[in-house]
Amino acid sequence: MIVQSEIERSTKHQGGETALETPDWRYSDRDDMPDYDHLDELEARSIFILREAFNQFENLGMLWSMGKDSSVLLWLARKAFFGHVPFPIIHVDTSYLIPQMIDFRDHYADKWDLDLVIGQNTSKIQDKDTYPDGDLSRVDCCKALKRDPMQQVIDEHGFEGIFAGIRRDEEGTRAKERYFSPRDKNFDWDYRDQPPEFWSQYKTDFEPGTHLRIHPLLHWTEINIWEYIDREQIPTLNLYFADEDGKRFRSLGCGPCTFPVDSEADTVPEIVKELKATRIAERSTRAQDQESEGAFEELRASGYM
Amino acid sequence: MPSVAPSTSEKPLKTAIVGHVDHGKSTLVGRLLYETDSLEDGKYEKVKSTCEKRGVPFEWAFLLDALQAERNQNITIDTAQIWFETDLRPYTIIDAPGHKEFLKNMVTGAAQADAALLLIAADEGVQEQSRRHCYMLSMLGIDQVSVVVNKMDLVDYSEDRYDEIVEEYTEFLDEIGVETREFVPTSARDGDNVVDPPTENMPWWDGPTVLEELDRFDRPEELTERSLRFPIQDIYRFDNRRILAGRIESGELEVGQKLVFTPHQKTARVETIEAWNAPSPDSARVGESIGITLDEEIFVERGHVAADAEDQTPPAQTTKFRANLFWLGKEPLKAGEPYKLKLGPIAEECSVESIERIMDGANLEPIEEERDHINRYDVAEVVLETRRPISVDRYLDHPTVGRFVIVDEYDVAGGGIIDEPIETERQEESKLRRVTETERADRAGHEGAFVELHAADADRLAVMLERTLFDRGINAMYLDHVPKGIDQRQLANYLAKSGAVTIVPIEVDTDGVEIVLNGGERTAVNIETEEDIDSLVDSLLPHLRGEDVEARIQASV
Repeated sequence: MIVQSEIERSTKHQGGETALETPDWRYSDRDDMPDYDHLDELEARSIFILREAFNQFENLGMLWSMGKDSSVLLWLARKAFFGHVPFPIIHVDTSYLIPQMIDFRDHYADKWDLDLVIGQNTSKIQDKDTYPDGDLSRVDCCKALKRDPMQQVIDEHGFEGIFAGIRRDEEGTRAKERYFSPRDKNFDWDYRDQPPEFWSQYKTDFEPGTHLRIHPLLHWTEINIWEYIDREQIPTLNLYFADEDGKRFRSLGCGPCTFPVDSEADTVPEIVKELKATRIAERSTRAQDQESEGAFEELRASGYM
Repeated sequence: MPSVAPSTSEKPLKTAIVGHVDHGKSTLVGRLLYETDSLEDGKYEKVKSTCEKRGVPFEWAFLLDALQAERNQNITIDTAQIWFETDLRPYTIIDAPGHKEFLKNMVTGAAQADAALLLIAADEGVQEQSRRHCYMLSMLGIDQVSVVVNKMDLVDYSEDRYDEIVEEYTEFLDEIGVETREFVPTSARDGDNVVDPPTENMPWWDGPTVLEELDRFDRPEELTERSLRFPIQDIYRFDNRRILAGRIESGELEVGQKLVFTPHQKTARVETIEAWNAPSPDSARVGESIGITLDEEIFVERGHVAADAEDQTPPAQTTKFRANLFWLGKEPLKAGEPYKLKLGPIAEECSVESIERIMDGANLEPIEEERDHINRYDVAEVVLETRRPISVDRYLDHPTVGRFVIVDEYDVAGGGIIDEPIETERQEESKLRRVTETERADRAGHEGAFVELHAADADRLAVMLERTLFDRGINAMYLDHVPKGIDQRQLANYLAKSGAVTIVPIEVDTDGVEIVLNGGERTAVNIETEEDIDSLVDSLLPHLRGEDVEARIQASV
């Protein structure tokens, strides 16, 4: 197993698990927190949605990429259910993630007592039929290593619905999403005919075979995410903070398709400050989106998050 | 996204842009983004080159219409959200589609808004969705609406044309009882009066620009001042605690407070407000998603609504209520057929018991023909009946709990707001339940009422009316010698609620006698002899006994 060997290697490299815990100095001082009152409303709505889904569906799972958004989502779930996570946490492992991310996953899955489910397209990875090692395009590689194993996990575990930490401000098609977003038997998203959503009433009645994506963070912005990480002191991958070479990751994905940005921000408040001044889109550092006009839309319509 | 991520942490004002298809909604939003320098780097150039490649003029709407299908057809299919800010504050702009077929997407977008701009193109004038969208806004509870009269360039910036549209649309707004704040003339394509005032093209306009108008919107009212409504979303048993989870929809809740749960009217006190990774708070307010424990293990389930036990106007427990609803379903809403009602966390089988009035969604004219169904995009006044009693509040009293959706098969197919609950059965006995006007009327055998008597000899007639009503079994009272500083009408009104029929004489200089019943219209009556008093009482009695009477008073004069 590729994953296991990478975990062992990187853990040694990182010098054990202490490096995985975010040090206090990266956050604002607890006694001198900025005014984050506006986050209360965002948090309350997300918790409402998490609880609504949990009430309405028996078999749910939550995607966790260890990135900032899904880590906030996981935190909100623990808040909604008073420290418990009453459903499995799913990670789709492409094997191309930056090794520190896997260490982070295993460390907190253990610490927070998560029921971790891992999906992986092992045959494609072993055959090296991927973007970096084979002839696939970036978009086709995403389909093979992310979308397909995710669908396999959903099928195997019979999940009726999956929580995902997408946000409206990330990208144009995500802006048009619903909190409760149905997918048909083939996991296709019919964005031309989406259910109405108003007055906190969501689509919770389904034809058998329908599958649901639930998006409790839809109304958050990238800045809100970081403000919340600061206020709640949520553990966050070091990769998001500027290193000695003045680089940090703004959005995290597979190593070959994700690029760091120039940055001096090595604390959460500095990241917030940097984002308030930037004029560059968050996903511009994700190469698969840029392959063609509509590339991301195509990925999403066919089941990618 | 076309706009750069919101650069502030302040809470944005959410503003929906609505109106008929092709009246320039996406263009206006594109312009706003451009002029306020809110576009992501390179986005303007990218759209410019896309348009050049396709051989079409520069299209502002391309900035927003993210789906390939939207760009190909040059229409907005689904609501887009974008962010920008003025010197005053940040905004979330919700660009709603204008096609009738996408009304459910418009509703989805507009329902989240704090305020709205409704666009009308100056050349085409008021169209179907101009009317429908405005009505939908009022049903969705968005009461801050301003109109943008767009495409002024296509009518030579004519002030006359602008006035014509203002007049026509104002007439329509009056009919449906909606007020708008302003009509702002613009040409979004050319940027006239969007951000900069239109000095050259519209020297006649000295009102606000679109941007200034946005900054005039207020933040919506917070429902902290209203009494507590805490609908129960779920019940958890974690770590040996029984936690009632839910969101406070209005008012505040605190530890130690005594709550009453509807239906069933069981009471208990708040023992704790639960929290994770934070100290347990002593109180929580509207909008918060919380969990509480109670001092007693009473029966509570999802859909029960907690209110303060001392609440003077608690939720009604009933199976029937009067409502206004809009219908989006592919199939008509049929009277008598079963549907699923969702009201907050309440889910209950319901049916339309009667249809009082239907309005054609296209022009909002009443439909004269009698129907047993409500068609797609129409709106109607109905009486709904649920299978089991539920907790019901009037929309006016508690906006967030006084509204519901109807599910047809698997789809949310309509929404409505509650006018009033209809008392259907005696509620379970509880010493905390207030005596209702209906109960008082049941005991007295007649309803309370407030009668104003306008006449030259009003005092003498009032005494005669009091005596005659009393002799006929009515608890009538002539309010004379009302102490100074007390408003006689208010007092009469208040006493009428206790079940009495109060009579307030008002002396006038003119001949003839007029009466006013319950603050309604003045009605002239002919009183010359004592027998005439008997006839007046004859005409009042059916009303006091709960029958329709206005027609009879008219008939008797």
